[in-house]
Amino acid sequence: MVIASIAMGIWAGLFVISVSAGLNEQRTKDALNTYISHVQIHNPEFVKDNNVEYRIDDMDKVRKTLSGNAAVKSFSERVVLSGMVSSSAGGFGARITGIDPEQEKSVSTMHEKLVDGAYFEGMKKNPVMIGKKLAEKLKVGLRKKVVLTFQNDNGDILTGAFRVVGIYKTSNSKADEMNVFVRASDVNRLLEENAGYHEVAIIVNNLAEVDTVSSTISASLPNLKVQSWKEVSPDLGYADEMMMQMLYIIIGIILMALSFGIINTMLMAVLERKRELGMLMSVGMNKTKVFFMIVVETVFISMVGGPIGVVLGYLTVSHFGSAGIDLSVVGKGLEEFGISTMVYTNLEPRFYLNVTVMVIVAAILSSIYPAIKALQLKPAEAVRAL
Amino acid sequence: MSAVIRTDNLQKYYNPGEPLEVRALDGVTLEIERGEFTAIVGPSGSGKTTLLNIIGGLDHQTGGSAHIGDTEITAMNDNQLIDFRLNNIGFVFQAYNLIPVLTAKENVEFIMLLQKRSKEERNTRTEELLKEVGLEDKMNNRPSEMSGGQQQRVAVARALASKPQFVLADEPTANLDSQSTADLLDIMADLNQKEHVTFLFSTHDQRVIDRARRVVTLEDGKIISDEKK
Repeated sequence: MVIASIAMGIWAGLFVISVSAGLNEQRTKDALNTYISHVQIHNPEFVKDNNVEYRIDDMDKVRKTLSGNAAVKSFSERVVLSGMVSSSAGGFGARITGIDPEQEKSVSTMHEKLVDGAYFEGMKKNPVMIGKKLAEKLKVGLRKKVVLTFQNDNGDILTGAFRVVGIYKTSNSKADEMNVFVRASDVNRLLEENAGYHEVAIIVNNLAEVDTVSSTISASLPNLKVQSWKEVSPDLGYADEMMMQMLYIIIGIILMALSFGIINTMLMAVLERKRELGMLMSVGMNKTKVFFMIVVETVFISMVGGPIGVVLGYLTVSHFGSAGIDLSVVGKGLEEFGISTMVYTNLEPRFYLNVTVMVIVAAILSSIYPAIKALQLKPAEAVRAL
Repeated sequence: MSAVIRTDNLQKYYNPGEPLEVRALDGVTLEIERGEFTAIVGPSGSGKTTLLNIIGGLDHQTGGSAHIGDTEITAMNDNQLIDFRLNNIGFVFQAYNLIPVLTAKENVEFIMLLQKRSKEERNTRTEELLKEVGLEDKMNNRPSEMSGGQQQRVAVARALASKPQFVLADEPTANLDSQSTADLLDIMADLNQKEHVTFLFSTHDQRVIDRARRVVTLEDGKIISDEKK
């Protein structure tokens, strides 16, 4: 029973942790693959104030630097404007991103998120791609007209009529509500002499090295602000760090519950074996030996139950890591937090080791109280216990 | 003959000086010689078990003293008593109290393990003792695979494993049928006569009383008779 409860506790703990880690990873991955990318380059002033005039001046140098960096997988140039999108149903604030559709495909999976229409295809003049939620608010469908309004460097209001070529839906409904995508050439044409690019989105070959790559690019482009995704979207970075803390808190809670289980079971074992313990003490087993006998028994039980739980946990995490868990029943709620409804469990290998060590430590600590209780038995009474 | 056990005005009072004072032992003075086969008898509550517990170093007296050989065990602290019991006293309990997961051989052997005896000595003595109690063919059986009588014989072998000065047996036949009781008494009497092992029983069992060579009767914590046959 103790072995089974330890195994189940660890299995459940690892599974819950892997689901949480999977949710977080999925959220981060979705955000990086749709809107944020791995590294972004801006005019330093644009980071402080998203004003149209803070363009990247020397795009050729940026292109040359990125093309020559082996760690960079791909990049996309973006025009980023703050403006409004309106239809006959009303107008809403929006972030208008002008892209080269083909180039953007190399840094974003937005082209795979279409639920209606095509990715900038079948429409020659001013196509726009909007999120499903925004389309609902604007009450527009495919090929319907929307008006984009934004300012040029002088603060003059510029407007352009665009037709909906595609409606997309990502796992982040909030972002879908305020982002519209157009061709960079179309907005640059409207901007005339203020044409240019505000953002370069980069995908690196190895995400784990993103900070190093970011620093290298930054060294080559000292006049520009080069930021990794953690700097661009600190909430995602914080969530990552917070998740690690949370995971250890979850493990702590599980271990605490496990400890109470072990204490309870071992206390029962001590009470059930009163006569045996009484006999051992009567015939001359000293207190130190009795104490360590209980501790070693508990640790042994944990050492059997622990690895079983870890193996079960590993198998479950591996299975759902490839098959995924469909959480579409709570999809709407998850989308509000930018989390996909399909969760793939994920757990770093070090967690298995850490959990195993923590279980053994918890077992040792949990055995102390029952061992002390065993020492308090009076041998003369214990040998006659029923 | 020299006294292996000697008690002098041994007292054990519960709630002393209070209205509910209980005198479990009230001035017991007794000498047991080496090689005796003695039964302590008396009705329930007469103090038999308390006397055995104090002589066995499992309980403390409230007055008087008890000596094992030349050692006053009533002056020892708990830790000293643990070591003393290990090397000087053998115990046989009413409910056998064998360790269920160990075989008969291991149950006998582990006392010598506590005494840090060599493996060779342990093996030899365990086999000798189990042979003496007629269980040479049950050495590898666990308690659950043996009858009550056989388990109690293992307990006797275990009690003798540490080469004690004497064996204390608290109601050793209480859970046994007639045949098992007779077999066990034969074995203990044989050990007593051939190897001069000192046995001190507490018992209600007439069959044990009949076989004892000395019968000490307690009542209300006092010795009311002491007969040698």
